Formats: sequence, C-alpha cells, structure tokens
Amino acid sequence: MRREPPQTLGDYAPLLFPAAMLTIFFVVPFGTMIAVSFFQRQQGGFYTPAFVFDNYARFLSAFFGGVLGFSLLLAITVAICCVVLALPFTYMLTRMARKVQVVWLVALLSILSLSEVIIGFAWSTLFSRTAGITNILVALGIMSEAKALTPSFGAVLTGMVYQAFPYTVLVLFPALVRLDPTLTEAARTLGASPLKAFFTVVVPALRNTITATLIMVFIFALGSYLLPQLLGRPQHWTLSVLITDQAIYQSNMPFAAAMAVFLVLVTLGLVALTVIAGRKGEAA
Amino acid sequence: MTSIFRKAYFFLIGLFLSLPLIVVAGVSVNAKQTLAFPPQGFSLSWYGEIFFNPEWRSALFASVTLALLSAALAVAIALPLAWFLWRRIAPWANIFQLLGVAPFTLPPVITALGLLTFWATVGFYGQPWTAVVSHAIFFVTLPLVTLSLGFTSIDRSLVEAAATMGADERTIFRTIVLPLILPYIVSGYAFAFVLSLNEYIVAYMTVGFTMETLPIKIFNALRYGYTPTMASVTVLFVTTAAVIFGLVARFGDLPKLLGAMSSDGK
Repeated sequence: MRREPPQTLGDYAPLLFPAAMLTIFFVVPFGTMIAVSFFQRQQGGFYTPAFVFDNYARFLSAFFGGVLGFSLLLAITVAICCVVLALPFTYMLTRMARKVQVVWLVALLSILSLSEVIIGFAWSTLFSRTAGITNILVALGIMSEAKALTPSFGAVLTGMVYQAFPYTVLVLFPALVRLDPTLTEAARTLGASPLKAFFTVVVPALRNTITATLIMVFIFALGSYLLPQLLGRPQHWTLSVLITDQAIYQSNMPFAAAMAVFLVLVTLGLVALTVIAGRKGEAA
Repeated sequence: MTSIFRKAYFFLIGLFLSLPLIVVAGVSVNAKQTLAFPPQGFSLSWYGEIFFNPEWRSALFASVTLALLSAALAVAIALPLAWFLWRRIAPWANIFQLLGVAPFTLPPVITALGLLTFWATVGFYGQPWTAVVSHAIFFVTLPLVTLSLGFTSIDRSLVEAAATMGADERTIFRTIVLPLILPYIVSGYAFAFVLSLNEYIVAYMTVGFTMETLPIKIFNALRYGYTPTMASVTVLFVTTAAVIFGLVARFGDLPKLLGAMSSDGK
C-alpha cells in the first residue's frame, strides 16, 4: 500500500486523539504560561490577570544579568568538557565489537535515565566528608584528613558533566557509526599515527556534527534544575534553578513564567542554530 | 600503545561513571543510620525499608503506578500519530510530530511550569491523574521516535501484497503492521517507563504537594535529614534501568534504535 493523501474525513480519525492530547496538554499549557508571565502578582502567592511588563522588567537587574551570564557560562563549560571527553570515547566505541558496544550503551542509557535527584545525591555522597572520595586519598596517604568537597563550583561542574556525558555519547554515536572507516584507513596507510589520523581526519570531517552536538549538550545543560542547588552555593544557581525556586518556594508564578519564556527563546534560538549547522553538514 | 591508551581511557571513563554508584551502593549496606564509606558493618535492612516502611512503600507504589500508566498513555498518543504519518501524505500533520518532540527538547523546567500553570488555571492542580497526563505528554517523544523508526523499517511491498490479495485496512494493520511494529512499541514503552520512574521536576510541579513519588521522596529526605534508604532506592533504580535497557538490547537492535533516536533530535 503506497502512501496516499487522506481522502475522506474518516481518514483523519487516527490523528484525532494524538492531536487533541498534544494541543490540550502541551500547546494550551504553553500558552497559559506565556499569559501568566504578563499577569500581576498579588501578595501571598496569587496572581491576577493583567497585562504588565513588570515581570520582564526585572530581567534588567544586575542580579538577573549575573545569573544569566553564569548559566550560559556553566552550560558552555559543561558542553565543551563533555564533547572533549565523549568524542574520542564514542569514536573508539563505534570501532569495538558489537557486544561490547551494547554493554556500554546499556550502561550509558541507565545513567542518562537517572533522576537529577539521584545524581545529586550520589555526587554529594561522593564529595562528602564522611563517605567521600577524600577518605580514599587519606587512606592512600595523599591527604592528611578527609574534608567535604561540596558545595563548590567544581562539584556542580562534575555533577553536570556526569549527567550530560551519556547524552553527548548518544548524540555523537549515530554520526560516528556512519563515518566512513576508509577515511582513517587511508590516513594510516599514508603513515599517520592513530592519534594524528584522529585529529587530522576524523575531527575535521565531523566539524558540523561537533558544532551541533555542542549546542545540543549546551541546551541539555541549561535544563539542569537541581544539581546546582544540591552541589553548589546560591551563587552557583542557574536560570532553571531560579525558575523552580520562584515558582515553588517564592510562589511568584508570573516572574517564574517570564523567566521560563525567556529560557524558551534562548533555547529556540540555539535550536535554530543547530538546524543551520546541520544543513551545512548535509551540503558539505 | 594505542590499545593501552584506549583501555586506560575506557577504564577512566568507566570509573568516573561508576564511582558515585559504587559509593552509594556501599553506603546502602551500612549497618547503622550513618553516611559512611567504606560501610560500617553490613545490613540489607535498608532495602527492606523500601518495601516495609509505609512511607517509602507508598512512594514506590505511586512511582510505579505513574510510570506504568503514563508510558501506556504516551504509546497510545504516539502509535496512531506515527501510523498516520507513515500511511498518509499530509505534510501539515508533521506539526504534531514536532509538538511531540518539543517537550523533550526544551529544558524540562519549561514543560513543568507550563503544566503547573495549566492545571492551576483549570482547577485540577494536585490531582494524581494530572501527573499521568503530564508525564505522558513529557515523554511522548520516546515512543514517537521509536515508532517512527519502526514504521520506516516496514517493507511496503508486504503491505501492498496484502492489499492486492484483498485485505482491508483493519486486517492489514492487525496481521502485518502490528506484529512488525510490536518490538518498537515495547521499546518505546520501556524508555518512557524508566524515564517516568526517575522523573522529578514535572511530577513535583504537578502533584508535589499532594503525592510523593520516589524521586520526590528522595529529594524531601535529602532536605530534611539523611537515611540510607535513599541509597538503597538509588541502587534499586539503577538496577531496574539496567535490566530494562538490557532486555531491550537483548530482544531488539539497540545500536539501531539509538542511531535513529539521536539523529532525530538534530
């Protein structure tokens, strides 16, 4: 049976349920959130319909600028760390036996599916004074006494790289699987060392993939809502954490919604960039 | 030299990925309620706690129910949509594909906040079933992507042969399409199930004040004091995810599934 355009109204019937669900429970909530971002906040956590720009005007404060700058910087750092670590890893993984690949993929998927709560708890345990990694260093005689490594910027960064690393591998995986193996073979035959072949052949051939991956991991890291809170100090809070905080603990829905709308715009801009980078990749 | 380098690199990455989980597993068998590693004494009582302590048990029950129902609803949304897009030429219907992928691409806080304002506005805020719908929408991407992939892998000449021999649409779907697509339904369901089990922010913003799922329970426990049960639940979650993804890999083509999943996001 070939694909054909729908002829009768009945042909559209299968679309009815999915379309209704996605419209009512995704498009409408999204619209509600945008509407709320213009509402007037009342004392005590309530808000009334209005059309004010107050919530957006708060962005212009130095505090907000600082949070935004920090969020972007943190997400960029996470993205760069992940791609640098994951690119050689994924490259070597795609050249391994299928069975080994599957074991690693299952492990990566399991970690990727872990709740941020659990990742945060696991790393705060590992960085704690009583159960942490410093106890091992003390046992080895490298450190004189155990200490807590959290809260700190390093802890936030480590936790977020841990969270985003499996994602990065899974994004890179299909592109690297499809990479023509004769490319590196040719380089090797011509006398390049494996390392040289990797940096002079594989990396340039994947330039667009790497750009797209960087942006995707960047967006992923922007969405981290708990790790900065669990592993860092208040000055390490990102936009996502601030949105959660405003919505739940400060009960300031309009301001939270305004920040969320802003985050959507940043994300969409970046997705557009990814698409453009992807197009260029196809053309090349 | 390269082989040694590769082994060392994989070992270090493996260590980085497993170290927090090893420490948590160690903490989970502490004899007393202490956060200590290496563990002091040995006890599996913190695993029993998940099932025998009424609070943890009800959180476990809530999480599993939520994951079972929301994954089923996600598949119920994704299957007709993916089938329609495969069967018909209707370019504008791709907008629904895009809507299905959007919640997963955007930062999760945004979907969570959108749903929070929505449920609060329509007056159902805090009802347990709103979490099921919210999770189904949030995770519909996973069955949608696996099913779209499954449909493209169906050989259209099979379907055509059946049509030539007089099978109607319904018979074709039941006897040819459904058996071929079944592995993809199962893996889509499995992905949505595991992620729903672990999901925190959407659940917290929709039903956080009326119901405790396991991730919410762990977070609350983190804030109000420490108990090794958190560690044993973590181990339980990692094991569950590994077993489910292991089964998907055993009965399906995991590299192929992942090859399509990530390229779809681009």
